Amino acid sequence: MREFSDEELERYSRHIILEDVGIEGQEKILNAKVLVIGAGGLGSPVALYLAAAGVGEIGIVDGDLVDLSNLQRQVIHTTAEVGVPKVLSAKAKMEAINPNVKVTVYQTMLDASNILEIVEHYDFIIDGTDNFAAKFLINDACVIANKPYSHGGILRFGGQTMTIKPHESACYACVFDSPPPTNAIPTCSSAGILGAVAGMLGTIQAAEALKYIVGAGEPLFNRLLSFDAKTMNFRNINFKKNPKCRVCSGEGITKLRDYEAVVCEMKK
Amino acid sequence: MQITINGEIKEVNTGLNITELLVVENVEMPEMVSIQLNDTFLKQDEYAETILKEGDVLNFLYFMGGGA
Repeated sequence: MREFSDEELERYSRHIILEDVGIEGQEKILNAKVLVIGAGGLGSPVALYLAAAGVGEIGIVDGDLVDLSNLQRQVIHTTAEVGVPKVLSAKAKMEAINPNVKVTVYQTMLDASNILEIVEHYDFIIDGTDNFAAKFLINDACVIANKPYSHGGILRFGGQTMTIKPHESACYACVFDSPPPTNAIPTCSSAGILGAVAGMLGTIQAAEALKYIVGAGEPLFNRLLSFDAKTMNFRNINFKKNPKCRVCSGEGITKLRDYEAVVCEMKK
Repeated sequence: MQITINGEIKEVNTGLNITELLVVENVEMPEMVSIQLNDTFLKQDEYAETILKEGDVLNFLYFMGGGA
């Protein structure tokens, strides 16, 4: 057992007194390594809560600069940081909240050539990306590298998420198979997203990561949590691993490839 | 006959297939939905040949690609 300093005992006291976390759970959090892919609408709350929780090492991946139009929902960035690389803006806030956390930044876009070597270093991965090419690539990489991860998707007033333990629970491709055809998807920027919905889904993903790390409760394995913030209806859709899955079944993939980049708009 | 879609019980014509159901349900972009029928996910090329039965339980899961 690790020695907790007085500062740590106080900082993490609400976790330490929490049944199912406790001092053992907090120690697991302090020893955990989590990769957050995307420092945007989902990545912002995830990165903030994981840093606050004391996750020992957090990697954050994003190739973009902070844009004024991001600030309506990407709460880790500030007005003064417009034009700054998102990963640097995020790192500054995470370290301000909790200087005990080691933050590693990857100012790049992930593709089939670099994702495996980055993912390999971490215990749990968060998908906070904004396109299907990245979402399917992350799924493929986590299946190949056998890394548990949280899938997240948002659109307008809606969000959905599932947690995946490759080869044990259903993967993203068990449910959605392949990216939708590019000609089926009009432009992304016209779809819009209620800023707070990104926060709702991102905090669910952060909670799933922490639950997984401490081994508490029931992760969103083999089910998709889907909500509509307009009605505030939350729904769980249950399923099993698809024995014929293109990605994670016995005849699944063994090598990565890049998917064609597509954007996120849709009609009903 | 009665079937359940996304937790709601609906009355539909007997003998309806999935392609026809998507029209009845006003799904404008079938490419953007993954359909689960009684625990199994259907491929799009199975829609026309899949005839619905009384009591079938379906879930329409929409692709959501946003996150930034």
